Amino acid sequence: MSPFKEFIKGFYEQNPVFRLALGLCPTLAVSNSIENAIGMGLAATFVLVCSNVIVSLIRKGVPAKIRIPIYIVVIATFVTVVDLSMAAFRPTLHKSLGIFVPLIVVNCIILGRAEAFAGKNNLFRSFIDGLGMGLGFTFALIILGFVRELLGDGKLMGYPIMGPKFEPVLIFILPPGAFLTLGLLLGLFNWLDTKLKKE
Amino acid sequence: METDSLMIIAVASIFITNFVFSRFLGICPYIGVSKSLDSAIGMGLAVIFVMTLASMATWLINAFMLQPSTKNLFYIIFSLEEPPDLLYLKTIAFILVIASLVQFVEMVIQKTSPTLYQSLGIYLPLITTNCAILGVALLNIDSNYNFIQSVFHGLTAGIGFTLALILMAGIREQLDLSPIPKALRGIPIAFIMAGLMAIAFLGFSGLKL
Repeated sequence: MSPFKEFIKGFYEQNPVFRLALGLCPTLAVSNSIENAIGMGLAATFVLVCSNVIVSLIRKGVPAKIRIPIYIVVIATFVTVVDLSMAAFRPTLHKSLGIFVPLIVVNCIILGRAEAFAGKNNLFRSFIDGLGMGLGFTFALIILGFVRELLGDGKLMGYPIMGPKFEPVLIFILPPGAFLTLGLLLGLFNWLDTKLKKE
Repeated sequence: METDSLMIIAVASIFITNFVFSRFLGICPYIGVSKSLDSAIGMGLAVIFVMTLASMATWLINAFMLQPSTKNLFYIIFSLEEPPDLLYLKTIAFILVIASLVQFVEMVIQKTSPTLYQSLGIYLPLITTNCAILGVALLNIDSNYNFIQSVFHGLTAGIGFTLALILMAGIREQLDLSPIPKALRGIPIAFIMAGLMAIAFLGFSGLKL
């Protein structure tokens, strides 16, 4: 696969959220506003890229039996870096993301890519894969956040878009709305996929 | 801090802030395992067990190794000048403890009940990446629970998760027999179902304790 394809697959063909059903916990929790979605997406992308790079560098020297705990330590280290940096430089974002920042360490996407890809591919490809998957994840979060914030709050990035007459459909920013929106979007992507395959 | 009695913690963890329907923790295995009632029950029990043990272990590690207090083991054993603040190691320490615990539970189940081990299959190691386990450990620390409260919270959060899992599995078994639009089959309809159940659980948020 060419590097460009490697990068782009994370957006549609192998989108972690919409196609691979990975990383669902943070997706539901932080998509109640676009700002949270972007923040979480970029944090996860940073961890994914860094851990993919390190895992790819050490892949020849890691004994197969204990590779999972080693990957976990690598990932946890970068998560701690992101956690502390965010708390220092973006305290409001850190507060609204809450426990989901340290929970990036158990985000199935990151361990999944380390195991399935970075452990078997060279540095450049692992970097591209991490970047593509991470940005694809961010893309999915933004789509979800867009729908939820617009319908549930009447705003986009905090700016009132729908005007004063609009009654926000509150349920969209509450937990049930997350489930419903994600379910419908997943269905939409499935439908889109069958349509594209027919052509 | 005795602000929350055990009864309040129990009702809150199972109903008001249910781990799946309200806190969004434990979704991945939730979607994967809730297809049949039997594996849902098995997974639920394993999660309860691991959550309780994990709450115990992580609380102890936090209290005696990470917190800069005079009870810090490193301070005592190495006779340091002042208690070291190792709180930044929380994420790494917790996830390693949880990973080891799951490994241990897997070995125990393999020896004592091979049939259960067969049916749980791949889901056991997946409990490690179950955000609910790490989530409950972090929540215990954030809420400043003491040891008993932490363990109880772990136990009841696991029960809440199992409740959600069993409800979902029961419905999904029926759902498989229904005519669902092709695009929505499988995971999408599961999420829409979860959304409807989350609305029901939202009703509990009015409970005044």
